[in-house]
Amino acid sequence: MSKNGRLRILAVAATASLTLAGCAQGGNEEPAEGGAATNDSAAAAPDAPTDAVLPAGDGTGECEDGVSIAYIGTIAGQNAALGVAILNGVRLAVEEHNEANAGCQVTLKEFDTEGSPDRASGVVTQAINDDSILGVVGLPFSGESDAAGQSFHEAGLVTISPSATDPALSQNGWDTFFRGLGNDAQQGPAAATFIGEDLGAESVCVVNDDSSYGIGLAREVREALGDAVVCTEEVKTNQREFSAVVGTIEASGPDAVFYAGYYTEAAPFAQQLFARGLQTTLVAPDGVRDDQFVQNAVGAAEGVYLTCPCVPADGFGDFFDAFTELAGTEPSTYSAEGYDATTVLLRALDEGLSTREEVLEYVRDYDAPGLTKHFKWDEDGELTDTPVWVYQVEDGEIVRDREIG
Amino acid sequence: MSAHHFRSGTATKVPFGQRIRDWWNGLSRFHQWAIIIPVVVLVYLMPFLNFFPITTEPGTDFELALFNTARIVLIAIGLNVVVGQAGLLDLGYVGFFAIGAYVAALMTSRDSALYAEYPWLLVVVVGIAVTMVSGVIIGTPTLRLRGDYLAIVTLGFGEIVRLLADNIPALRGNVGFRNLERPPGEWSDGTRIFTQGDGIPWYWLTVTAIIAVLILVGNLERSRVGRAWVAIREDEDAAEIMGVPTFRFKVWAFVIGAAIGGLSGVLYAGQLGFVNNARFDVVTSVLFLAAVILGGSGNKVGVILGAIVIAYTPERFQVVSEYRYLIFGLALIVLMIFRPQGLLGARQRLLARGRQAYKRLVGKPEPVSTESPMKDSGKGTGA
Amino acid sequence: MIGNLPTVLAQGGVDWISFDIGRLVDQFWYNTVNGLAYGSIYSLVAVGYTLVYGVLKLINFAHSEVFIVGAFGAYFTFQFLGYESGGIAQAPLVETIVNLILALAVAMICSGLVALTLERVAYRPLRRKKAPRLVFLITAVGASFAIQQAIMLWRNPNPELAIQLIAPRPLFEVFGVSVTNIQLTVFLAALVLLLIADSFINRTRLGRGIRAVAQDPDTATLMGVNKERVIMLTFIIGGLLAGAAALFYIMQIPQGVVYNGGFLLGIKAFTAAVLGGIGNLRGALLGGFLLGVFENYGQSLLGGQWRDVVAFVVLIVILMFRPTGILGESLGKARV
Repeated sequence: MSKNGRLRILAVAATASLTLAGCAQGGNEEPAEGGAATNDSAAAAPDAPTDAVLPAGDGTGECEDGVSIAYIGTIAGQNAALGVAILNGVRLAVEEHNEANAGCQVTLKEFDTEGSPDRASGVVTQAINDDSILGVVGLPFSGESDAAGQSFHEAGLVTISPSATDPALSQNGWDTFFRGLGNDAQQGPAAATFIGEDLGAESVCVVNDDSSYGIGLAREVREALGDAVVCTEEVKTNQREFSAVVGTIEASGPDAVFYAGYYTEAAPFAQQLFARGLQTTLVAPDGVRDDQFVQNAVGAAEGVYLTCPCVPADGFGDFFDAFTELAGTEPSTYSAEGYDATTVLLRALDEGLSTREEVLEYVRDYDAPGLTKHFKWDEDGELTDTPVWVYQVEDGEIVRDREIG
Repeated sequence: MSAHHFRSGTATKVPFGQRIRDWWNGLSRFHQWAIIIPVVVLVYLMPFLNFFPITTEPGTDFELALFNTARIVLIAIGLNVVVGQAGLLDLGYVGFFAIGAYVAALMTSRDSALYAEYPWLLVVVVGIAVTMVSGVIIGTPTLRLRGDYLAIVTLGFGEIVRLLADNIPALRGNVGFRNLERPPGEWSDGTRIFTQGDGIPWYWLTVTAIIAVLILVGNLERSRVGRAWVAIREDEDAAEIMGVPTFRFKVWAFVIGAAIGGLSGVLYAGQLGFVNNARFDVVTSVLFLAAVILGGSGNKVGVILGAIVIAYTPERFQVVSEYRYLIFGLALIVLMIFRPQGLLGARQRLLARGRQAYKRLVGKPEPVSTESPMKDSGKGTGA
Repeated sequence: MIGNLPTVLAQGGVDWISFDIGRLVDQFWYNTVNGLAYGSIYSLVAVGYTLVYGVLKLINFAHSEVFIVGAFGAYFTFQFLGYESGGIAQAPLVETIVNLILALAVAMICSGLVALTLERVAYRPLRRKKAPRLVFLITAVGASFAIQQAIMLWRNPNPELAIQLIAPRPLFEVFGVSVTNIQLTVFLAALVLLLIADSFINRTRLGRGIRAVAQDPDTATLMGVNKERVIMLTFIIGGLLAGAAALFYIMQIPQGVVYNGGFLLGIKAFTAAVLGGIGNLRGALLGGFLLGVFENYGQSLLGGQWRDVVAFVVLIVILMFRPTGILGESLGKARV
C-alpha cells in the first residue's frame, strides 16, 4: 500500500469516526473509571536506549561467505499482516547490517508457513535441510511454533520468536527455543488487571478462537479474572457470522468483552458485537493489534483496547524512519521485536561463528540491550524483562495508552 | 500424443496407447515379470537419481518430494477402488485419510490421553481397522443413495469428520498433536532410521506399501468381488437383477478404499510428526479426486500416473506450484469435455483365461473399450 | 509430558458440547429474527441450485462461485464509486440508495454472466455429448475449484478490506429483539426478489417453459419449447439471484469478500434447497429461512462451534430419509 493511500484511508477513517460520535457506536463509550485516554494523557513512548545494540554493530564483522539466517512465518497466508510487519523489521536489520559490515554479508532466506501449524512442519524441514542457515527468526504464531519446535530442537537450530506468546512453548525442553517478548502468562494477567481495575469492569465475557494462541490466552485471562467471567464462547478460524455468539453475550450484558484470537475474525466480531447497540468495552490482544483490524471492523474498532507485549516504536527515531522508508508503512506490531531478534543472530555471525552449535551457544549467553528491551534469556528461553502495553484505537489509529505490566 | 502417432505413424487404425496395451497383453507372464522387476528396482533407486532434470531441488527436498508423491499415489489407488472400480463418486475420501492420521496421533503422540508405547506396526493395524469400521459406519447409510446424491452426502461426512476433530477437545482441533512416534529402527551409527528430515526410508516404506496394495487390489479385481464392482459400475440395476448383492459389494469397495486411505494417513502423520484438522478439507478431497480422474479412473496404471502428475509437477516446477489448484481445476473441466476417460482409460475386458482363449480362437487380441467408468448408474434419487 | 493431559481434556475451558435447553428457550426470538435475516441469503442462492437441478438434474457445484463473483462485483462497484475501506461512508441517504442499487445491478450482472459462461463453456459441450451425470458433477467441481483459485491468484488469499455504505443500527424491536436497519433491508429486498422470481416461473410464458422442461423435457420439446433457451434462462435467473444475494451478504458481513467466501455458504444454500425440496422454487425459499433459523437454534442448544455441523447433519439426514424435501421435488408440480 502506498503511503498516500494509507494516509487517505486514515483520513477517511478519522472523519468517519468523528461524525459517528453520536451514532450507533454506543459500545465505545468508556466506563467512568477508565478515564478518556488521549494521546496527551497516554504514557510517553520509551526512547531507544542509548546503549542499544543495533544490527550494524561496529562494522567490523567477519564471517564466511554464504552464511544465512531465515525468517520462517506467514508471508502471504492467514493473518499475513502480522507476519509482514515482523518480516520488514528483519529485512531492515539484515540490510543495515550488510551495509555496515563489508566483511560479513548475510543472506536472509524467507519461508512462508501461511501461519498454519500443519504447513509449518514441512517448511521447517526444508529450512533445517539447508545447511547454510545458522539461525531463525520465527515462528511468529504459537500454533506453528508448537508444531515445529521439536524439529528445531533435534536439528540444534536456534530460533528466536518475535511474537509467539503461548507460555507452554518454553516448557517443552527445547533448548533451541528463545522468546523475544513476554508471554501470555504475563499478557493474560496484565490484561485481566487492566480490565478489572483500570476499566472497572465487574462482569466480563471471554471469547476465544480455536487456535493454540487463542485457547491459551483465554485460559490465562479467565483464571486471572476469576468470578468476573460471566460467559465464555468459542469461535472458529475463518468464521464471519457471529449472531449466536453475540446473542449469548448480549444476554449476559457484560461490562467488558475479551476476545482472544487474531484480527481476521476479530474484525467482523467487533462489528457485529456493536451493531445492535450493545454497551460494552472490547479488549483484544496482540493478535488483533493491526491496522487491518481497524479497517475491517468499519468503525466498530473505535475505542477498542489492545493489549500487547510489544513496545511502542514511536520513540525509536532512526528505526522508525528507516522502517517507514523500507516498508512504506510505519512499524506495526512486533516490527521492532523482529528487528531486535535479528540483531542477536547477526551479532553471532559477526563473531565469525559458522556452526549452528556455536550460534546456539552464543544466543544462550547473550546479554545486551536491544531497542525494545534488555535481552538475556533464562534456561527456558524466556526473557526476564518483559513489558506489556495497552493501546487504544482512536480516530482510526492504534495509539499507545499505558504500560500495564 | 496418441493422435499424432495415429496420423503420421502407421497405417493401422489402432491408437498408440492401445497398441502398447495389446503388446503388453500379448506378452507371456514371464516376459511381463522380466519387465516389471527392473521397473520396481528403478523405482526403489529413485532417491539416488537426484540430478537434473528429475530433481526438485533447490525448491523442495527431493527425497521428501518423492515421499509425498508416493503418498498421493497410495491415496489415488485407494480412491480408485471406490470411484474407478465400483463407480461411486466419493467427495469425502479425505475423511478416511484423516481418520488414519488421527489414529496414529492418538496412539503415538504424548499429547494424547491414549498414549502408550505401542509398537508402530500395531498402530498401522489399528489405523487400518478403525478406518475400515468407519467405512462401514459411513457407507451403510450413505450407499443406499446413488450418483450425485451420494457425492454430496460423502462430502458432508468428510466435512463432519474435520469439524468433529475441531470440536471434540480430545482431538485437539487446530492445536493438533505433536511429536508423533515414528517406525523403530536405527542405522549402524545409532541414529534413527525414520526422521522427519530424511525422506528416503519413508519413500521406500510407502513404495513397499503401494506394491502390497497393488497386489491385493489386483487380486480382488480378478475375483468375484472385482467382477461385481464392474457390474455395479456399468449398470447397477442390471447387476441387482442378475443376483449381485450390489449393496454389500458397494460397502466392500468403500471399506477397502477406506483402509488404503487410512494406511496413507498413518504414514503421512508419521513422517510429518504433527496432526491437526487443517489439511483434511474438501479442497484436499478434490485434489485426490483430480489425481484419479486425470489418470483415468478404473485404470491402476492411469491413476498412478495421475497422482504423479498432481504431486510431483508442483514440486518440480515452482510456477506450477503457485497455480496448481487452478491448473488441476481447469484440467478437470477440459478432460470431462474431451477425454472423460482420463489419460489412460479403464479397460473392460475379459479376464486372463478368457483373453487367451479369445486370442487363440480369433487370432488377434480381444478388443477392449476405453470408456469412462463414470457411467450414470442410477436415477440419482433412488434412496 | 503426561502432565498435558488435564489441559487436553479441559481444552479452552469452554464446554465442548452443551445441551442447554434453557438458552434455546431464552434466545428463541433472538435466534429466529437473526436466522430469518441471514437465511434470506441462503434462500436467494438456493434458487439457483433448485432451478438448475429441476431442469438439468445437475447439482451445479460451481454456483457458490457464481455467488462470490457477484460479491466481488459489488465490492469493486463500491470502490469505483469512491467509497474507501476503513470507515462508514457518510453520503446522503438518497445517494447511498442509488449507489446500492447500482452495486446490486453490477453484482447481478457479474453473477449472471458467470452462470451463463459456465453453462456455455462447461456444461453445454457435455450435453451435446450426452455425457453421464457424474461427468457433469465432476466438471462442476472442477469449475468451482478453478474459479476460486483464479480469484485467489488475482487478488490474494486474504479478504478485501471491508467497505460499508450503511452503518448498522437497531431500528425497532420485535418480541424484545432489536432488528437492525441492514437486516430489515436485506430481508425485505430478498423477499421481494423471491416473489418476483416465483411469479415469473408460475405466471409467465417463459416460466411455463421452465416448468415444462423440468417436468418432462422430451414432451416439452415436442410441444415446441426451446429446451436450450430454457436451460440458459434457468442459469441466468439463478445467477441474477445469487448476485443479489452477494450484495446483501456483504452488506451484512463486509469482511466476507474473499476467494473462498462462497464455498461454505454454497453448500449451505444447497442444503437449504434440498431441505425445502430441490427442484421446487418455493422449497428453496422455505428451506433457506428454515436453515438460517435451525443453525441458530443448534448453536444455542449445543454451543457456537457446532454451527456448521448442524447444517451438514441437516443435509445428510434430509438426503437419506426424505430426499424430496419438505415441499416435494418437482418444479413442474409447484402449485400456482
